[in-house]
Amino acid sequence: MKALLEVNHLTKQFGKDSKALTDVSFSVQEGEFVSIIGPSGAGKSTLLRCINRMIDATGGDIRFQDSQVMNLKKKELKQVRTKIGMIFQHYNLVNRLSVIENTLHGKLGTKSTLAGVLGLYSKEEKQQAVQILNVLGLNEMIYKRADQLSGGQKQRVGIARALIQNPRMLLCDEPIASLDPNSAKVIMDHLKKVSTTMGITVVVNLHQVDVAIKYSDRIIGINKGQVVYNGSAKGLTSEDIQRIYGSEADDLIFDIGGIHAG
Amino acid sequence: MEVKEQLRNVTAPADHLIGGRMPAKPLNKAAIVTRLTLYTLAVLTIYAFFSFDYKELDFMDALLGTFANLKTIFLEPHLKHFSFGHALYQVMVTLGLAFLTTLFGAIIAILFGLLAAENLSSKKTSMVIKSLVAFIRAVPTVLWVLIFAVAAGLGSTAAVIGMTFHSIGYLIKAYSESFEEMDRGVIEALQASGANWWQIVFQAVIPSSITYMISWTFLRFEINFAVAVAMGAAAGAGGIGYDMFMASSFYLDMREIGAITYFILAVAIILEIFAAKIKRKLKTA
Amino acid sequence: MQADIFAKKKRNTLAYLCLLGAVTMLAMVITEYNAVKGIASIPKAVQWGMANFYPTAESLEKLPVILEKMQETLLVSIAATTAAAVFALLFAIFGSNTTRINRFFGAVTRGIATVFRNIDVAAWALILLFSFGQSSLTGYFALFFGSFGFLTRAFTETIDEVSGGSVEALKATGAGYFSIIFQSVIPSSIPQIISWILFMIETNIRSATLIGLLTGSGIGFTFNLYYKSLAYDTASLVVIVIIAAILLIEFASNYVRKVIL
Ligand SMILES: Nc1ncnc2c1ncn2[C@@H]1O[C@H](COP(=O)(O)OP(=O)(O)OP(=O)(O)O)[C@@H](O)[C@H]1O
Ligand SMILES: [Mg+2]
Repeated sequence: MKALLEVNHLTKQFGKDSKALTDVSFSVQEGEFVSIIGPSGAGKSTLLRCINRMIDATGGDIRFQDSQVMNLKKKELKQVRTKIGMIFQHYNLVNRLSVIENTLHGKLGTKSTLAGVLGLYSKEEKQQAVQILNVLGLNEMIYKRADQLSGGQKQRVGIARALIQNPRMLLCDEPIASLDPNSAKVIMDHLKKVSTTMGITVVVNLHQVDVAIKYSDRIIGINKGQVVYNGSAKGLTSEDIQRIYGSEADDLIFDIGGIHAG
Repeated sequence: MEVKEQLRNVTAPADHLIGGRMPAKPLNKAAIVTRLTLYTLAVLTIYAFFSFDYKELDFMDALLGTFANLKTIFLEPHLKHFSFGHALYQVMVTLGLAFLTTLFGAIIAILFGLLAAENLSSKKTSMVIKSLVAFIRAVPTVLWVLIFAVAAGLGSTAAVIGMTFHSIGYLIKAYSESFEEMDRGVIEALQASGANWWQIVFQAVIPSSITYMISWTFLRFEINFAVAVAMGAAAGAGGIGYDMFMASSFYLDMREIGAITYFILAVAIILEIFAAKIKRKLKTA
Repeated sequence: MQADIFAKKKRNTLAYLCLLGAVTMLAMVITEYNAVKGIASIPKAVQWGMANFYPTAESLEKLPVILEKMQETLLVSIAATTAAAVFALLFAIFGSNTTRINRFFGAVTRGIATVFRNIDVAAWALILLFSFGQSSLTGYFALFFGSFGFLTRAFTETIDEVSGGSVEALKATGAGYFSIIFQSVIPSSIPQIISWILFMIETNIRSATLIGLLTGSGIGFTFNLYYKSLAYDTASLVVIVIIAAILLIEFASNYVRKVIL
């Protein structure tokens, strides 16, 4: 089977001598749920942003479906971006607009400039937005302003905005880092459901090893810009965790057996 | 063990300080510059008083005269050379000038404000526009008006164009600063879904900054009302300012000046109350 | 119901645009503004400026006189601002909600400041022309009154913003009124106050040009002299000197702001 996303020998350098990524290679299959873990500053966000070219990598290549992402022209890049949804730690909603308007922003990439500027959406698009919001349990909030929502609700709007793009893949940069454990669970459950029922590939940056093990099919561990673990969630041992987080991380290592069992 | 060692290192110099002289106010760079600024201003002010060209004016006499004049102006106002209706109409003319300049200024400033905001444009473009704005703002409005008057003739047309220039400079600065305060992440989120620049501007940037923009624009309208009065007096723009100039320099009628001042004051205070209302409403909305 | 929010938004936008258009038309009619002439005047002004509005070698001879007038205007602006700032600070302390002595006194001081703020400096200049004639003092007092009104409002807002919590804390320790003012209110608002004073000086230099035109003194009068006698080369030199002075002051104030704020 051909992989949906393939990253080969990717490097990213900021300025003269700070290397954020060194020779990163991995591939992601259609429908897979992949978590990327690693200490702060390891390069997780950088890696994710290189995939949809929010930042440009320095070397290597990235293939998504049949496109060489690094070589795309402006217009083709937008085309590819409409196929990749992105979810952020701080939700990044337009606070003064309503939930449904924020959701419909996911459609802008497929619209003409004028229609986007004037905010003209078709009836079908609005219906689709309402339907997605229903699935995410936001039916009561559709016309509320985004700044009136709780963090967990905001993040669900963020997911809705990504889903209305009809994406093949979701990139999530620490989607639960600002949430309490309950809301975090709700969000992770939704992401898992999206992956299993809609067959959408999910790549998610996480800080919680236990969450990563519980939800993902596969885990990629990054340390100092290099891939140090790439394998199934089940196969992650405490030695691996030590390799990913460094030797000072002894306290971090909890009862792995317990998590695997749970 | 190590921690204790470090603690000792930190406390040791502090002990030393308390033993010696410890000024209550540490003199850092900010404090020095603050003092220097205040001293400089004080010295320049005193020097200014000695260097004024008093033109053999008896200062005390003039001051007492001023109080007498102010009494006449504000306590015995009347209209002699024109009617109440005319005054009201002239106030409308002045308001009209202020409105047109604010509107034209705002429309042009939105476009250039977007280009001047570093997060929406390139560093180079932003710097070029910001320098241009600093230049435009440095030239006093009345000079812009007089310069355009050479081409368009003295009158409301030159006044509107000249005043618009200054409004543009002011509003570009205000708008671009509100745009720059915009959360970078929101722009990224829309970029990530493939939206283009214009779509991001209209769907995210302007909705997020609209309250600031309205506040600033209305503030400029208030300023432009005052400027329009001044341009009527100094640059032939018409309106109530011109009547005031005539009363002062031509008829030498203090009591009429008083009446006109009351007109201007009334409008200005209404505008201020209105601005405060808008601000409060936007804050809660 | 569902499309309501979009339809309503569209209707609102349309209504606002219509209103704006109508008011614009009305304003154009009563001010007798000629849109075509207005737009046409811009290229004409540029063309004229390129041909006439630049200093020539002869006009440079006038530079010492111009600089002297500029210095006078600068000094008037600074002196008026600092004096106004002293009075404004007093009024702001008595008028601010956190530091006023009592409610009545606070309202009175705020009322006085409102009156002064809303009479423009140009109006003050015309009023004061009666007593002081064509001397620097007319401009000085016009700027003084205008700045006093503006600075009182600015200082009041600064004090309200900056010192709410610390005033309460000092009150709780049993400190007296004046020690609270001098130990808490003034130290915590002094950077903002200086920033406002610098802003006011910049504004006043521009206003001084206008007042000079009206009252026949300072740099404004100099400009008018050459402008009226069609000596545009020298008039342009005056403009350049004004721009240089304002940019210089702005540069200095930006530096001070960066360090103290
Ligand atoms: N725009 C940038 N300019 C310069 N250096 C950067 C930039 N963005 C990231 N870096 C550097 O690249 C490295 C990786 O950063 P990145 O944000 O990808 O880490 P991360 O793994 O996402 O960390 P965290 O878990 O804290 O989010 C860091 O050393 C960071 O300092
Ligand atoms: Mg990160």
